[in-house]
Amino acid sequence: MAGPLTVDVVAPDQVLWSGTAERLVAPTVEGEIGLLTGHEPVLSVLKSGVVRVRGGADGDAEFPIESGFLSFDHDVVTVVVEPVEDHQETAPAES
Amino acid sequence: MAGQQRVYRQRIKATQSLKKIFRAMELIAASRIGKARSRVEHAMPYTRAITRAISAVAAHSSVEHPLTSKRDDTGRVAILVISADRGMAGAYSANVIRESERLRGRLEAQGKEVVQFAAGRRAVSYFAFRRRELAGSWVGASDAPTRETAREISRALFDRFAASKEDGGVDEIQIVFTRFTSMVTQEARVIRLLPLEIVEGVVEAEPGEIEPLYDFEPSAEEVLDALLPRYIESRIFASLLQSAASELANRQRAMNTATSNAEDIIRNYTRLANQARQAEITQEISEIVSGADALAAS
Repeated sequence: MAGPLTVDVVAPDQVLWSGTAERLVAPTVEGEIGLLTGHEPVLSVLKSGVVRVRGGADGDAEFPIESGFLSFDHDVVTVVVEPVEDHQETAPAES
Repeated sequence: MAGQQRVYRQRIKATQSLKKIFRAMELIAASRIGKARSRVEHAMPYTRAITRAISAVAAHSSVEHPLTSKRDDTGRVAILVISADRGMAGAYSANVIRESERLRGRLEAQGKEVVQFAAGRRAVSYFAFRRRELAGSWVGASDAPTRETAREISRALFDRFAASKEDGGVDEIQIVFTRFTSMVTQEARVIRLLPLEIVEGVVEAEPGEIEPLYDFEPSAEEVLDALLPRYIESRIFASLLQSAASELANRQRAMNTATSNAEDIIRNYTRLANQARQAEITQEISEIVSGADALAAS
């Protein structure tokens, strides 16, 4: 149960981040949601803000987003994001 | 006699320059295809994630949404054909247009009216030549489609589907595109975009396992509302990307064939030119010999 989360952050034209992490924080339309292992399955619409991945195997990551949604099921989180326009410069630097 | 030789030489020269052009186009297509393929691959996870999420909503909630339910009040069907902007790609555009015409025939046999949309200059000119009305057309950059184009197309199609009967609403939206399976196999395919058929990727709960009870935020309806336009856009974008990769693969192959055909022609003309030269020499010799003979006999 206490295994790490499997996280995938995908944008329309590329995979931004993929791997395991301890925690994921995302801005939903109803407020920030923090996800740890063992969370109940959730499907939620995101608003503009920053998606934060914490405790990843290769460090933390942050993605400013315009909109998107996330789905959580069996400790697998998929975050589909519409990145803000200038992410092209920041995203490769993080990987 | 010398005239014939000159004609052959001219043709060889012309074919040689054509060959250079064909070769260059082949190389251009070859260099672009890698990028097109990687774009197809990069767009895949997004489409897959959205499809999975939509399937989850559909499977774990009982939401009735206008976009997932059938309508049959208008008797109209929209078809979007995705073709190339330029020729020189063998039968690529012809195949996809033929497939769309077949679909059109099938639908018209069912008594439906077809509303035609076209992407790519080849399809647009095909319909313009036949004086068919296009409800919408998009041209330019068919070998490197952008998300903006995909967004425009999806918005136009979406509006049609949401419109009432009087405003030209449609029952169904079909897309005809070319699916890129590998470098050597691409086939024209028809998919139904709307109303949605959500069957892919729904994970059946294993026996004994409790069905995950999804928590929808804010609500299942609103999640679906937010997801569907995105799903459609990503679906269209994926078809555009696949078509682009197919177009380039087809062009590369067509140009490769054209180059070797040009080589064949050059070889044949060279032989003919040599033959003409030989014939000329032979004739000259026989003229000289017979002239000398005639002198010796007198």
